[in-house]
This record gives sequence, structure tokens and C-alpha cells, in this order.
Amino acid sequence: MSFHFKHAAAAALVAALAAPLGFAPVARAADVSLLNVSYDPTRELYQQFNKAFAETYKAETGKTIEIKASHGGSGKQARSVIDGLEADVVTLALAYDIDAIADKGFLAADWQKRLPDNSSPYTSTIVFLVRKGNPKGIKDWNDLVKPGVQVITPNPKTSGGARWNYLAAWAYALKHNGGDEAKAKAFVGSLFKNVPVLDTGARGSTVTFTERGVGDVLLAWENEAFLSKKEFGDDKFDIVIPSLSILAEPPVAIVDKNVDRKGTRAAAEAYLKALYTKAGQKIAAENFYRPRDPEIAKEYEKVFPKIDLVTIDDPAFGGWRKAQKTHFSDGGVFDQIYAN
Amino acid sequence: MSVSPIRDEPTPVKWAIVALAVIFIGLFILLPLINVFAQAFVKGWEAYALALVEPDALAAVRLTLLVTALSVTANTAMGLVMAWAITKFAFRGKSFLITLIDLPFSVSPVVAGLVFVLLFGAQGYFGPWLIDNGWKIIFSWPGITLATVFVTFPFVARELIPLMQEQGTNEEEAAVTLGAGGWRVFTRVTLPNIKWALLYGVLLCNARAMGEFGAVSVVSGHVRGETNTIPLQVEILYNEYQFQASFAVASLLAVLAIVTLVAKTVLEARLNARGRGH
Repeated sequence: MSFHFKHAAAAALVAALAAPLGFAPVARAADVSLLNVSYDPTRELYQQFNKAFAETYKAETGKTIEIKASHGGSGKQARSVIDGLEADVVTLALAYDIDAIADKGFLAADWQKRLPDNSSPYTSTIVFLVRKGNPKGIKDWNDLVKPGVQVITPNPKTSGGARWNYLAAWAYALKHNGGDEAKAKAFVGSLFKNVPVLDTGARGSTVTFTERGVGDVLLAWENEAFLSKKEFGDDKFDIVIPSLSILAEPPVAIVDKNVDRKGTRAAAEAYLKALYTKAGQKIAAENFYRPRDPEIAKEYEKVFPKIDLVTIDDPAFGGWRKAQKTHFSDGGVFDQIYAN
Repeated sequence: MSVSPIRDEPTPVKWAIVALAVIFIGLFILLPLINVFAQAFVKGWEAYALALVEPDALAAVRLTLLVTALSVTANTAMGLVMAWAITKFAFRGKSFLITLIDLPFSVSPVVAGLVFVLLFGAQGYFGPWLIDNGWKIIFSWPGITLATVFVTFPFVARELIPLMQEQGTNEEEAAVTLGAGGWRVFTRVTLPNIKWALLYGVLLCNARAMGEFGAVSVVSGHVRGETNTIPLQVEILYNEYQFQASFAVASLLAVLAIVTLVAKTVLEARLNARGRGH
């Protein structure tokens, strides 16, 4: 009766052999191919921008271009590029993550001076997303440390947005305690005691809050907060603007080592420059990133509320390298407060 | 017909235990499975089909099939070699080898993925050389295949070893005395004896290879339409508010689970009926 077995074995063998032949990775159809390694919430922004850029590029150069995208927590994405993910451009959540890639020799140390506005074609900030009607009455950062309030934020170790969240809370605590760092540490510590889950990226946290219904308040990128309202409807969530927040500058850069090996520098430069054009700025604004271009900013000024913003170069932080070392390195302030 | 002590239990107790078991399975296994399909079809057949033929979803299916075909083939061959070596020969360090075969079961898949990043990543031992010579391992299909091979390595060998140990070497020895060569012994004596166990191992290996998430996630790089397998694509869609599409793609894995379950039942019947010796 062994023919049963032979049939089965033959079928399995045919399947095993046919699959790689029939489904071998398809040859590139486009003339040029770029890989944009980005952070978590930019998915919709770059889906739209990549399509628009490909059309302009074709019109201007006659060549077809294909933009591949990878999204995840900003720190994790930087790690992947360091480990060999062949990004032509990186568009991450904060400058330190690109510094970390530069430290390994993938791009020039002065990368942030190569494009206008600190190489950040759009900005954002951190706001609160609460359930409709704000049942817990959350108005400002000090409401987040109250007992019984569940706060959702991703993990500052892996997520860029979470690091902005953390630093905005820190800035608020310093301001209201006369610059006392010990008190700021206690404040941020009690805030993180109210966090039931730490996702690795901003989008994971947003889904935890919106779709899974966990928590009372989401510390979110302004663009994530707007997108959640758009996806789920205005009747589900409210955006709360705190008295103080932080100016988040998500930077973009060409990864020199990768574009030089692949011969894609010209296309990568055109890609990043397009982010600064009127059309690029408009796409950013439509996806709820604050445009840099004054004209487009004016056009969308009703969308974005005016907020009192501190910057990462504020003496309290002293730039990303110092802030990263003090707060998020191994054994840094975040490790100290989260271990307790 | 064995007389079980359960028959002496009062009927209500018996029914309570049975009901408990049924409720548990219903709640923890059946309900989530049904929910996958309910969510997948929440917008109807058309949306379901559209979600599956979307280019990134198709790319994920292709990649999963490629990776599975390669790793199942490799692990079937290596599983046979391992089981053959361990059960038909005596050598030093045999029990150590058996322990090593089981290693992937006890290592977390995340660690399994990281091992390959440390070996083949740009900062790893072989990474710089590979990059200079234009080889892409990590963040490409070869790395995903390696991680999958690692995670699914024990399945075939684990199924074969106990059976082949039980069968011993008598039949092979007899064949050799009658003048059969090595290959002939293998195809005429050993293979017919182990065929159902082998298929069973291949089946489990296949199911795990298609469904692996952790190890693959570490080495994938998550490039859309290029390095995402089906489980990774499910996560991406879910994170992009495309819940219906996410569950539609997930339903492919659920179907796989059901097919595996049915095939497993059939194979188990075969194994019990006549797999163990002739």
C-alpha cells in the first residue's frame, strides 16, 4: 500500500520545488529603487508622498522609480540600518537615532547641516488623546500622575515618540518645580507608574489605545492623534493640548555608505529635497505634520493649535546626544525610574 | 473494553467535567478561530478577495512559500541524516547531539533571530565581508530562511528518532547480509518503515515554518512587498487600521492550521494502525 505514501511524497516534492521556481523574487521593474527606513507613524505620509514623488520623478527624468518602505520604532529602525538594512534614506523620529547610525560610519557626522531646518522638513509635537468627553478630566501633565489614570505610551528605549513624550513631561516638571531635577525625576517616575503597557513603537501604542480600548490617555504624536480621530471618527476621541509641550523635529538623511555602493545618491537627494517643495509640504500638512514652509504653514494654520513648545536644544536638555546619554542610556534616568 | 473508574462517578460530576472541557476548548480555541474568519469577512467576499490579491499581501504569500519550501526541504534532509546517525550507529557524544537537536525548542525565537544578526549583520562576524562581496543575508530572504530553518529544525528529527530507535537495526542488518547496498537499504527497508512518521514531522515543520513570527521579525527588516512574510504582513496591516485586511491575510494561516489538523489526524491514524513495524 505504499503508493499512498508515494503520492503524498511526490506532491510534497513538487510543491517544494515549484514554489521557489514559480515564486522566485520578481526582478525589479523600476529603473531606480530606493529604500526609505522610517519610524512608526509615517506610514500614511510616505505612502502618499512616495506615489507623488514617483510621478514627478518620471516626468522630470523619464525614469521610473520605486520607493520601498520599512516602518517601526525609531530606535529599532536605526539598529536595523546599523546591522545592515540597506536604507538609501532614513527618515526617523529624532536626530539621535541618525547620530547613532553616523557613529558607525554610515553617514557623515555633520549630516544634520546638509538640509535646511536641521534636516527636518516637517515638525510635530506631543499632545494627549483622550476618550470622547474626557471622562477623567485630563487637562495637563499633572493630571497624568493622579492615581487611577492609565497612561499609554510606547517604550522610550525603542520608540522616538516615547522619548519626546518623556522629555516633554520632564520639561513640564522642571518648569513647575523651579528647575529641581530630583522632583522632575519623581514626577516622571510616577507618570510611568501609571503606564500599563509599553509597546515598542508609537503605532503599537495607538492601536492599544484606540482599537483595544486600553487606558485613559494616549501620549501621542500630534499627527497620530489627528489620524486616530480621522480613522475612528470625531465622536470617539478628543485631543487635549497641554500647557507645555516639546518641538519634535523628525529629521531625514541620506545614508552615504549605502547610496554610494548602490549608485543611488542622485535619486536619494532628489527624494529628500522633494519633501521641502510646496507639494511635499502640502502632503506633510495633509497628514498632520506641521509644515516648515511659511506659505503652506499659513494655509494650514487653523489645523494646528498654537502650543508653548520647548526644544531639545533648551539648556535643560542640551541637545539629543546629551539627553540620550542622561535619560535613555543603560542605567540612565529612565532605567532608574522604571526599575523602581 | 477497559472499565474506567470514571464510570463510578455520579453522573452530574461526569457531565460537569465534560462541560468544563468543552467550554474551555470553545472559549480558548474555537472562538478565536471563528473570530478570525468573522473579522475577515466583515465587509463581504469582495473585500476579502481584494485583501488577498493586494500586491504586498501577494508578495508576503510568495515569500512565505519560498522560505517554507527551502526550510522544510533542508530540515527534512537534515532530520533524516540526524535520525539515521543517532539510531543506526553507536558513537561518542550521541546524547549531546540529541540535546543539541532540541536546542531550538528551548531557545526563544527572538534570540534565534538575533544570533543570525550577530553572525551576518553589518556589525557581525561575517557581515562586512558579505557586504563587500555583494551578499545579502540579513534583511533579505536568505536570512529569513536561515532563521526559519533554525526554529523548525527539531520537528522531523524528533518524530523519527523514537520510532527508529524502537525499530532497531535488525532489518537493515538483514538486508545488508542479503547483499543490499546502503542506498538500497535506505529506500527499500528504512524509508518504508518510517514514512508516516516522516510525513508527520514534515507537516509540523511546515506549519511552524509558515507561521513563525518572532525569529523572522528580527531578521526581516520589514521592507514592504519584499521582506514581509504572512505573519509579519498581518501585523503591519493591523497597525495600519486595516483590520479587515489583516484578518483576511490571517485567515490564510488559520486555514493552514485547519488543514494541518486534519492531515495530522489522518497521519496519526496511519501511524497507530501500522506505522510501528510491519
